[in-house]
Amino acid sequence: MLDISPEEIAETVTMVTQQNLDIRTVTLGVSLSDCAAGDASSIAARVYDRLMSAAENLVPTCESIEREFGIPIVNKRISVTPIAEIASCAGPDLTPIALAMDRAAHEIGVDFIGGFSALVQKGIGRGDQLVIDSLPSALAATERVCGSVNVASTRAGINMDAVMLMADTIKATAEATADRDGLGCAKLVVFCNMVEDNPFMAGAVHGSGEADVVVNVGISGPGVVNAVVRSLPDEADLTAVAEAIKATSFKITRAGELVAREAARRLGVTMGIVDLSLAPTPAEGDSVAEILEAIGVGRCGGPGTTTALALLNDAVKKGGAMGTSSIGGLSGAFIPVSEDMGMVRAVECGALTLEKLEAMMSVCSVGLDMIAIPGDTPAETIAAVISDACAIGVINSKTTAARLIPVPGKGVGDHVSFGGLLGHAPVMSVNGWAGTRLVRRGGRVPAPLGSLRN
Amino acid sequence: MKTKAILSVLGEDRVGIVAAISNALAAAGANIEDIRQTILSGVFSMTMLVTVDEDVESFEGVQARLATVAEEIGLQVTLQREDVFRFMHRV
Repeated sequence: MLDISPEEIAETVTMVTQQNLDIRTVTLGVSLSDCAAGDASSIAARVYDRLMSAAENLVPTCESIEREFGIPIVNKRISVTPIAEIASCAGPDLTPIALAMDRAAHEIGVDFIGGFSALVQKGIGRGDQLVIDSLPSALAATERVCGSVNVASTRAGINMDAVMLMADTIKATAEATADRDGLGCAKLVVFCNMVEDNPFMAGAVHGSGEADVVVNVGISGPGVVNAVVRSLPDEADLTAVAEAIKATSFKITRAGELVAREAARRLGVTMGIVDLSLAPTPAEGDSVAEILEAIGVGRCGGPGTTTALALLNDAVKKGGAMGTSSIGGLSGAFIPVSEDMGMVRAVECGALTLEKLEAMMSVCSVGLDMIAIPGDTPAETIAAVISDACAIGVINSKTTAARLIPVPGKGVGDHVSFGGLLGHAPVMSVNGWAGTRLVRRGGRVPAPLGSLRN
Repeated sequence: MKTKAILSVLGEDRVGIVAAISNALAAAGANIEDIRQTILSGVFSMTMLVTVDEDVESFEGVQARLATVAEEIGLQVTLQREDVFRFMHRV
């Protein structure tokens, strides 16, 4: 007997056909721990072989799951062991490893591969330095490789030398990809409290605490949540809004849980986590900013935005927590500017500024994401912006990040397009009174006390 | 292998919908376990619980047959594994 009502069936079909419900990414985490070698070209050859065997069936498996279950899987991706961990004996240029990752990604059919990465929150090892030095060239020479560097953590504090080094690296990456409006920086994220099982790019890595090969799934669904909030009566109070978001988040998460289980079973690998994130896309209506406006903010960025985002983020997690026992990754609402047309509109009308995004970061996932800034922004200013993001993460024991793109030759008011899911955005202004001397001091901002929480 | 699936049809009511769908299912060796029909917000909606016998026709083969029927009758027809709905709508 059919124990699902026609209304419930129609709701699911409408979510997919009209409200952009999809699984944003099935990301295969692959350990490269057996690929270490003494020179970059040997590592590159091993990495290529490892990826081609571990991820051979990823794309066809995901395609059959999406057909049978009727839920699109937008992206199939790969994350790998941070390259710094396997390349400390190689060098000086690790670009050949990135090229091997890129070639494997093309042949496997994934749109991004993450893990050209290093963790330097407490100090910079040789492998870390090699990765960071190679980032501008690696990101310029490849199409699908993403890099990430963790510069701070709640247990270690903020490594300001690393923050400054990454600001210089971001500038160099922008220059190396100046012919593509600094596109390399869209594939580079600087983290505080990086997680080891994040399926989303550009910050996906396969951490050292993971099994050899793992399936991690990132759910999505801003369009679905937006439709649900907009269908509520005007007199619905905030408790009712939170309830509606929770119920919707449960359903979206269950779809992610089902896909994660099925993908892991069919690939014969461990199921990792389901990342409960609302990840917008440039598609009209698939916007986190529009949900905040549906909750009742005049325009995203206006007073009340942080409150609405806190409510949204918390309700998504509460609903999702009922839907899976494998919550992981970043799990929170994403607020990338260029990938969210509601955010773009808010910047264009002056409602949304970098400072407000910083406040929003304190109550949601990650933070200063996909933000185009003037190409002539000094490295010290970029470092100071990154350090502010880190400070929020360190003190609040949460992941924060910055993915800033200083667009060469462009200034405030100009527009830049990165294409595809990376979207387009206006160049935003950056406060000119940066903590230049602060970041130039270098050293480490000590880890904070775990008590005395005010 | 037998796989339970939900078939849903959405669109404007017209003569011959049930006949066209059930003919396609019969040709693929798929059994109709239950069938319900209603009007949702003015839109014709039919849902069927179907068992697909993948030894006779693959899941994708049945979907392809239904896609042809959908085009002929001008309605939205989807066939999805039943687990999706159980997962999304039941705790």
